[in-house]
Amino acid sequence: MEKQLFGGVAGGDSTAQPVVPNRNKPRTLATSGSKQDSVETLDSPTGSHVEWCKQLIAATISCQISSVPADTASGDCKPPRDGTKQVQTDEVPLVPGETIKAVAKDVMYICPFTGLVTGTLTSTNYKLYFISLERDTPFILDVNLGAISRLETISVQSHGENTRGMEIVCKDMRSPRFAYKEDASQPEIVEVLAKHAFPLSNDLPLFAFLYKEEFPVDGWKVYDPMAEYKRQGLPNESWTISKMNSSYEVCDTYPALVVIPTSIKDDHLKGVVAFRARHRIPVLSWIHPESQATIVRSSQPLVGPSDRRCKEDERYLQTIMDANAQSHKLTIFDARQSSVADNNKAKDGGYESESFYPNVELNFLEIPNIHVMRESLRKLKEVVYPSIDEAHWHSAVDQTHWLEYIRLLLAGAVRIADKLESGKTSVMVHCSDGWDRTAQLTSLAMLMLDSHYRTLRGFQVLLEKEWISFGHKFAARVGHGDENHANSERSPLFIQFIDCVWQMNRQFPAAFEFNELFLITILDHLYSCLFGTFLYDSEQERIAKEVQTKTVSLWSYINSQPEDFTNPFYVDYEHQVLYPLASVRHLELWTGYYVRWNPRMRPQMPVHQNLKELLFLRAELQRKVDELEREASSSRGSLSSSSEHTSSPSHSGGTPLHTIV
Amino acid sequence: MLSSLGSAGGKSAKPSFVSYVTPEEIKSEKEPSRKEKHPDLLPGEVVFCSASTVLKYTQDDLSQRGVFGVLLCTNFRVSFVSDEAPTEEMVRTLFKNKLYGENDIPLSCVDNIYGDKRKLITGGLVKNKYPSKMIIHCKDLRVFQFSLSFSKEEDAKKIFQGIVHHCLEPKSLRCLFAFSYCENTSYPGSYSYCREHLRKKQTVMFDSVEDWTQDMKRTKGNCRVVSENSNFELSPKLPQYFIVPKNVSDEDLTKYQGKGLPMWCWSHHSGCALFKTASIPLVQEDNVCCRMLTAVAHNHLYSVKTEDLSDTLPTVQDILLSYNRFKQFFLIDNTTEFWMSDMKWFSSLDNCGWLDIIRQCLQKAVEVVESLEKENTNVLIMEEGGSDLCCVVSSLVQLMLDPYYRTLLGFQSLVQKEWVAGGHAFLDRSNHLHLKDKVESQSPVFLLFLECVWQLQQQHGPAFQFSETYLTVLSDSIHVPVFTTFLFNNDGHRDSLLRAESPHTQRSPLNCPTVWDWSVQFDCKAQDLFTNPLYTEKPKQDTSVRKSYRPRHLRQLSLPSSAFKTPPKKGFFKDEADNLKKILGVKRLSRWMLSPSSDSPQTSSSVREFYEAWQTKPLDYHGLLLPCLDGPSIRVWMQRYLRWIHDVQILGGGPVAMLSKVSEILGEVQELQRQLDRHGCTLTSNHKGARPRAKTAAAVIAARSSVRLSSSFPFVTSRNWSFKPAIPTSLLQSLMVTGMAGNLADREDDGGPESLV
Repeated sequence: MEKQLFGGVAGGDSTAQPVVPNRNKPRTLATSGSKQDSVETLDSPTGSHVEWCKQLIAATISCQISSVPADTASGDCKPPRDGTKQVQTDEVPLVPGETIKAVAKDVMYICPFTGLVTGTLTSTNYKLYFISLERDTPFILDVNLGAISRLETISVQSHGENTRGMEIVCKDMRSPRFAYKEDASQPEIVEVLAKHAFPLSNDLPLFAFLYKEEFPVDGWKVYDPMAEYKRQGLPNESWTISKMNSSYEVCDTYPALVVIPTSIKDDHLKGVVAFRARHRIPVLSWIHPESQATIVRSSQPLVGPSDRRCKEDERYLQTIMDANAQSHKLTIFDARQSSVADNNKAKDGGYESESFYPNVELNFLEIPNIHVMRESLRKLKEVVYPSIDEAHWHSAVDQTHWLEYIRLLLAGAVRIADKLESGKTSVMVHCSDGWDRTAQLTSLAMLMLDSHYRTLRGFQVLLEKEWISFGHKFAARVGHGDENHANSERSPLFIQFIDCVWQMNRQFPAAFEFNELFLITILDHLYSCLFGTFLYDSEQERIAKEVQTKTVSLWSYINSQPEDFTNPFYVDYEHQVLYPLASVRHLELWTGYYVRWNPRMRPQMPVHQNLKELLFLRAELQRKVDELEREASSSRGSLSSSSEHTSSPSHSGGTPLHTIV
Repeated sequence: MLSSLGSAGGKSAKPSFVSYVTPEEIKSEKEPSRKEKHPDLLPGEVVFCSASTVLKYTQDDLSQRGVFGVLLCTNFRVSFVSDEAPTEEMVRTLFKNKLYGENDIPLSCVDNIYGDKRKLITGGLVKNKYPSKMIIHCKDLRVFQFSLSFSKEEDAKKIFQGIVHHCLEPKSLRCLFAFSYCENTSYPGSYSYCREHLRKKQTVMFDSVEDWTQDMKRTKGNCRVVSENSNFELSPKLPQYFIVPKNVSDEDLTKYQGKGLPMWCWSHHSGCALFKTASIPLVQEDNVCCRMLTAVAHNHLYSVKTEDLSDTLPTVQDILLSYNRFKQFFLIDNTTEFWMSDMKWFSSLDNCGWLDIIRQCLQKAVEVVESLEKENTNVLIMEEGGSDLCCVVSSLVQLMLDPYYRTLLGFQSLVQKEWVAGGHAFLDRSNHLHLKDKVESQSPVFLLFLECVWQLQQQHGPAFQFSETYLTVLSDSIHVPVFTTFLFNNDGHRDSLLRAESPHTQRSPLNCPTVWDWSVQFDCKAQDLFTNPLYTEKPKQDTSVRKSYRPRHLRQLSLPSSAFKTPPKKGFFKDEADNLKKILGVKRLSRWMLSPSSDSPQTSSSVREFYEAWQTKPLDYHGLLLPCLDGPSIRVWMQRYLRWIHDVQILGGGPVAMLSKVSEILGEVQELQRQLDRHGCTLTSNHKGARPRAKTAAAVIAARSSVRLSSSFPFVTSRNWSFKPAIPTSLLQSLMVTGMAGNLADREDDGGPESLV
């Protein structure tokens, strides 16, 4: 039951929308208008549920809805669906700021699941949109240009002369193929696509800077570092919030505010800065509310082949250790494979020697580097798209090693969390530069230790803090707007992290406030370039590009309709530490994300349907009880007593729920 | 022997210690305290031998830690009674089996016994020898490790040989515990009372003409109920009662002891029906075969399709082999072994082929469903004995097509109909008796069926009234030799033995409980966990308010043929009948429509299309259900297989976390409803349909603090576990990451040498 946490309604819904806030979806605004009115959202799970399903379809499908056969048997139960009519035309829905750049008629989409479909292909500056009206229900495929990794011409001889083929290799595990006739009078659609898919290579702005949607909630306000550190109880006597990096001069990839030991003098700090790769000195990420044990992150020490020492660095770590009275040790988790860490010495990097750093315990977590991960995901794509080999599914997944690496990451994070929780010992985490594996491990450990990060808002803070502000190189790892698909800096580390979160979500289905759709939406907009959230490599760059004023935050969209992204089973585990099981037996390939383009892997009905009905029933009952109580009290003469639960706009029989059945 | 000893123990009196132990076993130095160290013996249970100061290792570590206690062997179980006083928590375990506890192993549940150095122990050992360490693997996948080296030699020898003798060596059926248990239980009243009791609970036993007639009426079938075999005159191997097509003549019934008779399983609303049969020996084929086929075809529109399951599905031996490999992944002795096997987990899964066998069975069932649902053809499935894979496939087909069988009682009735009355050779397949000549016939076919049901259930959870826990418990119950359900090979076998064993000759046969009387094993609270809180009963048809809201019942489910490119290919009509007969005359009938080689790819693509067409329609939990068969959708039944392994318990997680949330909401809904009732107001009728079974709430709420629970709920409670994560050792980690990577792993993270300052 818990396996398929969320499903879509396949059935009638062939009008899949991209998972984008869209003017054509009046509800986005409607909800947001009444968003403050929490009663309404609470009392209308049905309305939001319909939308929720739509969203899910949008997120999980947005293509390849095979045409529904003329359905006489259930024709009468087909719900009237607003929007059905308008999709009958081949009009392209546009988001504010989006403009059409090229249109090609009579394009064939070579669907790997349902065969050839002929229709119109439109390229805007934001997406590729293919619509075919030749089947009973419109067939729509859309791909955010940001998700495109490369465009390739393919041979389609079999489809006639003058026919050209193109394959759109995407970052999100699909590669749709099209065939179209050459037309000398028009610019080739491929060129238009290439131009707008890779704006940075063509001196164009990223679409996020053109996007003009307005949301009632400002997502840029989600993360306030001062507020977050205050929540953690900082500053305190041992730790201080330092402004030393406020102009990014000390470290250009660190945020302006960092938490460092109070007792560290400036000149002392200089030595540490010089001794750490890219000046990423050890700074506090999280502090245990009881034991005061901390998670500290940094980059590797510049030990070099001659095993250099740095007195300041040694003393600095001693200070971190001393800040935690409960333990006289400091555990360093080096995420790398020990052999690689050794090799790094030759390149002037390295790791802390236990003999130079007293009371320090060094552990290698043996996690391979970004290139191995990229290769692993590439293999995974071969396994899941377009077809699945049934009989050898498990061995095929095994050979990608993807789940092994997920397991390794989770195991590492569990060790970190356990060291803090049970060992009450402070932990320092680093890899080479401290922005890839380090971010994965610290944020996973924090997710296990701190239930705040398991809420919808808290998770956003976690991402903003550990990933975005601490300089995970999103631009380089994802390659936003860049045509150089073979760039070896690209690597799916963030996806891997979100996968780990999904695995935890699966193992603890009630512990997270957000749902699978939330995670999928994050990944979709990691690529889409619609929002500014994941653009650029560091806080410094984002400030320079005025991201906060010129683009919209993904959290503006999410937090304007939080109910879509909320897990109905959520129970606050409060101070409970969650240790996910880092055994391959409990890991599963995230089919809802990786295999979502395959129509057979799509559940027809969200598994939570019945729960939603139950929630609706509860709301309905609550309303009745309230009504009766009000009546009773008003008949007694005392008006307006139980205004707390004043009822919602009432539902006419609760039908909305069932329309999607 | 058993009966004479056992007769002393009535139901009421707790049997006294002395009367069960042979004099030589009572040693003078036995402290009086030993008396308390018996498990609570069941009526008719007799202690054969025992040994004290046996060390039971705790499963979860390699160190030699463990608990001392007494190891006993009775005619029902191997039992370990700890010297430590049971803690309070132990006593109030929520999900306690009344027949055996967590340290008891029913004799039939013992799978393998290993001695020192993991040497497999077989029966007939050299006397006077015993290993210092004994490992017992159970059929419900528990693993016990005992050290005998602290016990007195005499005791150790005796207990070891006793256990080996009673668990591994051939015995006669009447030695099974059920007989002495039943003789000594005043099982609620008489046999008739028992029947009455079951009737009330509505599990249809299919042991009377009425039951069969009723079921045929329910599905609007139009066949002939045969009662000529009520005293097993036709054949002891045939069910006592059964249904055949109308056109089967009396002569056909008696011929060949009914071999080759098409037995009715279920009628589709279109009029076509599913039949199963045992294959007929070649000699008879041209004649009987043809007549039987015609009889089936006559049932509806002269169309019939046959499926010889022996040709297309794995044999019972394949099933056994595959399962034996599969189960080894879960019979874990120690942590290191566990983490080692964790590395190769996915590949090993594929290699053992168990999931693929499950997939094949489900796929075959979908093929049959397609013929019935889409083509409205009669289907005749056949195999050698007609009672193994035929049972699997026919019951799966019915589960997919008929929502009644997805209710708890419906499911139990289905098992009665297809498996118990249907003559599945439970005794031979489980080989409870360890007969040497039956080793070949051993095979977990019924478990395979439960596995398939579990797959369906986890894909379409809310469609099933019973829970995963129910299926797990049912799979365990096969090995509890108390229930008549799983003890016999067929109706005739059951009848003759129960009669022979009856204490009152000339009168009613011995009265034994069936497994469906769950109160024998679990109290009411525990039984609540058998139901799925998210199941909703089928909305009543009085939906005047919302006429359009899923009023579709079975009859409207037919898929429009326009959805399919391929024309129905396997039906035939009357003018083709002659042609068919010709073909039949020449070829063995199994594959008379398509040659076997060309068949399989075509079928699977057809099944795929059928599935996709179904999938695009709105899902009705009370209508046709099809399983998704793609690689990722066939999963491992975690609850059953991982529940005893300490290292894979997700503390605070697992499905129970959701379950408790659901029950919490249910509780709130109930409370609100009560409030409304107080106000004298009822709910608008249109919600009644969506109203879930409210009963389940109480039990789960009792166990609500989900943080304390683990993924193996309700089988293991986390009482003794430290809240420490399971962390694989770093050695294993480095082992894991070799393999691929190669030079990639050595590369600089940022791609170039310039990356480091």
